[in-house]
Parts: sequence; structure tokens; C-alpha cells
Amino acid sequence: MIDVEGLTKAFGANRAVDNLTFRVAKGEILGFLGPNGAGKTTTMRILTGFLPATSGTARVAGFDVQENSLDARRHIGYLPETPPVYTNMTVRAYLDFVARIKAVPSAERGKRVDAAIGMTNLGEKRGELIKRLSKGYRQRVGLAQALVHNPDVIILDEPTVGLDPKQIIEVRHLIKGLAGSHTIILSTHILPEVSMTCDRVVIINKGKIAAVDTPQNLTGQLRGAERVLLQVRAAAGGGAALKQLLDAVDGVKNVAVDALDSNGRFRAQVESASGRDLRSKLAARVVAAGHDLEELRSVSLSLEDIFLQLTTEEPSTAGGATSAGKEDAR
Amino acid sequence: MNGILAIYRKEMGHYFVSPIAYIVAGVFLVIAGFFFNLILADVMQGAMQAEMQSMQFGRPPEFDVPAIVMRSFFGLLGTITLFIAPILTISSYSEERSRGTIELLMTAPLRDYEIVLGKFLATLSLFFLMLLPTILYQVAMYLTSDPRPLWRLMFTGYLGILLLGGGLIAIGSFISSLTENQIIAGTVTFGISLVLFVIDAAGQRLYTWTGDVIRYLSILKHYEDFTRGVIDSSNLVFYFSLMAFFVFLTLRSIDSLRWRRA
Repeated sequence: MIDVEGLTKAFGANRAVDNLTFRVAKGEILGFLGPNGAGKTTTMRILTGFLPATSGTARVAGFDVQENSLDARRHIGYLPETPPVYTNMTVRAYLDFVARIKAVPSAERGKRVDAAIGMTNLGEKRGELIKRLSKGYRQRVGLAQALVHNPDVIILDEPTVGLDPKQIIEVRHLIKGLAGSHTIILSTHILPEVSMTCDRVVIINKGKIAAVDTPQNLTGQLRGAERVLLQVRAAAGGGAALKQLLDAVDGVKNVAVDALDSNGRFRAQVESASGRDLRSKLAARVVAAGHDLEELRSVSLSLEDIFLQLTTEEPSTAGGATSAGKEDAR
Repeated sequence: MNGILAIYRKEMGHYFVSPIAYIVAGVFLVIAGFFFNLILADVMQGAMQAEMQSMQFGRPPEFDVPAIVMRSFFGLLGTITLFIAPILTISSYSEERSRGTIELLMTAPLRDYEIVLGKFLATLSLFFLMLLPTILYQVAMYLTSDPRPLWRLMFTGYLGILLLGGGLIAIGSFISSLTENQIIAGTVTFGISLVLFVIDAAGQRLYTWTGDVIRYLSILKHYEDFTRGVIDSSNLVFYFSLMAFFVFLTLRSIDSLRWRRA
């Protein structure tokens, strides 16, 4: 449904989007994940025909967004970062206007507007001036605007920004409900959103694709190594002895030991090959050596860690350090 | 075509739902009415003097009051238009740009010319609607004056003022499309309109071809013929080219938004 190949957008010397290639199948929800300024909005603007690409092609519903821009735009519903609403119109009048410029046939217009209002739960606000609506409602009006002509492709730039938790859940629900009959791209920097709503994730950083996969696979792929975290009150020998002890366990690849306080409390992070659960072995060994085992758990990387790993400059150690740093903070 | 209509409807709604249309039209009509009265009183006094003179010297009075009133009134309308037109176009595009709604228009299946023409025609219509009540002045004059005013003069006068307004609106829309800032849009539009109004004074003493060019560019010069009841095709060509030129520039400017970092 969406076919992007070698898409590049340069603003002067700065490449906002650099050689992007990805595909979105019909009915799929694709998440665009990346830090601010990664090129998410620029990519979406190219897809919606707002900006031309410097090179590369993008096809939406079979139409090249540059060559057949109007045909492509007819198939797209787009919610920009700030909902593009006219504040002195009522919700209904605004959606009616959008339906007109999106070439909804006049016979269906009323029906489509009502459907969009229904889907976004705007029923009781339909006669209200948009300037009197809260940020959350405006965002919903923006969403209704993207749906009003029942487009095949829906492109949403940070659709849940500014909503309260209840509204976020509603919107996610709505997006999930649209999948299947619609192809959706949504961008976000909120990670749980991606794992909750998307079938596939494109992680994008500095205009380049850092990774493309399902949220589950991404988590698995990056886990590469299993991590176990132990908190131990060492009996004798201190940290050095503890490290030696843990290193000797079969299957352990790497051990890092930090002193927690002066009472002989240590924290050890043990890495093993993926798929091997060493928790019971480690526990037995530590206890047998006379140490007090205060805590033991396996640490799985959240999408957040992956995101940080993929988008920070340093290689994987940085990710490890960050996740350890976060553990400390808890 | 449907696109033009949709944009046109939206713009008209924008003018009439908000107080913009009523306030601008109200101020315009108060000023126009005030000066119409002033002109009328002035001309009537002149007419009375002329009549007294003619009685003394035995010549028949040659004083066509309605024609003089109309000519001065249209001259005045031209000046007021200079102030009103920039106000009407200030927000045309700059507001859409600063609010981000331009992104909605430009990603909808609309051609750029549908956006530009829809907006231009809507502003021109508002200007026309503002002028309508002043026709009542002419009707009042028609009912009470002797000799009767010439309808032809009235028709050409209103045609002229519409063309003048159209030219200024086209310029203003273009400038509005260049910036997100409404104050800049308004100031620059007003400045350019003013220059086009007085430019012919600058060309007055120049007897070379540059002087001819400068005088030709005066937007008011071409309007004067209309207030005298003359429809000269060269004036029509001037105003229509002015509008076409700036509508075209607006189109290019909107298109160029795509190439800039928005």
C-alpha cells in the first residue's frame, strides 16, 4: 500500500531524511519511532505531498506522491503534528469543509461527517466552536478530519500528544479498530504506544532507518544476551571474590560488579548467552559460597532501552550502562 | 471547480462568522457616508454660488451637480479602498501559515490554483458586498436631483472601484502568502499600495520613457477615467493584467512553500 524507496530529503547540506526504504502492507499499522528531529515529520510530509523529496520515490496506493500527487492525496488522511483546525468554525462545519476539499461526493458528505464524528466520540461537541474545545478534543477533531473521506491510508503525526491517559487509550483503541480496512502510519516518541498499537516498527534516527521489525522481534533480537541482576551482601573477599565466583559459573559471558555501600553490599550484572536461564545456578553458587543473596532477577530490555541503544552514538555498552543506570534510579 | 467553491465558502464563512466583515464594512461605510455628505454640501454650495452668478450675468447655469458629486465621491472611494484592501488581505495566507492549516489545504486533493482563486474571489466578493450599500447614496441622489445623474457614470465608477480593489487585493494576497506574520503582511501591502497610488507624482517631471512607465504604473491614474464615465480598454487591460500577475505570483509563492522548510 505504501512503498518507499531510497527516499532522501536534503535541506541545504543537512539531510533530514537519508535514503529511507520501507514498505507497508495493506491493513498494517506501522510505527515510526525516533527522537525529536529524526526525520519522522519530514518523511510524513513527503508521503502526504506537502514536501517534495530530493531523491527517491514514494508510492501511496499505487500512485507516486510526486508524479500523481493529487491521486495519491485522495487516498490519504493526514493528521499533522498540530491539528490543522479553523478555530472559528464549529466541529461539524469544519468537517463538512474538509469533506468538500477531499472531494467526498455531496450525497455521502453528511453521512461521512457523522461517521467521523461518531468514530472520534465528538457527538456532543459537534455544534461547538473549535476554539472553545480543549486540546484533547481538538486533537480528536484533527483525527476526525483525517478519517472523514474514508481514506485507504491514514498518516498520523504523534496522534496522542496532549491527550489525557483516558483519551490516549481511546485513541489507541480507535487506531487499532481502523487497522485491517485501513493502512496506518503513526509516528511517536512514546515507546509503549508502539508496542501496544503497531504491527511493525521503523526506528529512525538522523534520517536513517536504524531498525525495522515487529515490536516483539526487536525486543528479542536485541536481547542477544540475557541479563541477570543480583544484589549480594558479600561474606568475605568482597567484590573481587564475588566476581570470580560468578565468572566461574558455566555459561556466563560477562560479569560486572559494583559496590553499593560500605557494608559489603554489591550489585552484580551477569550476562549470558541468549536462551540460557542461569538464575537458579547463580543463586545456588552464591549461597553455597556463604554470601547473602538479597535480590535476584532477570532484566529484559524494554523497547525503550532498544530505542536508546539504536539511537545513541555509542555501541551496545551504552545501552547496557543506561539500563543499569535506570535500575539504580529505581 | 468544486475545490474553488469549497475554499470560497470557507473564506466567506470566515469573514462573516467572525466580526471581521461587519467591523471593516461598518467603518468603511461610516467614513464613506461622512465624506459623501461633505462632498454633497460642498458641491451644493458651489452650485448655489454659480446660480447667483448666472443670474447676475444672465448666463444659464452650467453646473451638473450629480456628476460632480459622483466624480468626487468615486475619487474618495478610491482613497478609502487604499486603506481597506490591505486590511482584507492581511490574514489571507499568513494566518493559514502560522496556524498550520495551510498543511491541510496543501495535502488535500486540491490544486494550488483552486486555493488561490477561491481565496481571491472570496475577498473580492466581500469588497463588493461592502460597496453595495453606497449605491443607496446614488439612488437618493437620483430621486432628488435635477438634472438626473447619469447611470452610465455610476456603472463605470463602480466597475472602476471593483477593478482597483481587485488589483490591491491581488497584491495584498501575494504579500500575505510570503510571510507568517500578519503585521508584516499588512505593513508591506499598505506601503506598496501607497507607492502605487502616488507614483505618478514621481513621474510627473520626468519626460523620458521612464517617466511614461512610472506614470503608467500609477494604480490611481487608470481609475480616473472610470470616474469620468469612460471605459478605456487600456485601463481594463492594466487592471486585469495587474490581477493576473499577482494571482500568478501568489500561485508560485504557494508552490514554493513546498520547497522551503515549512
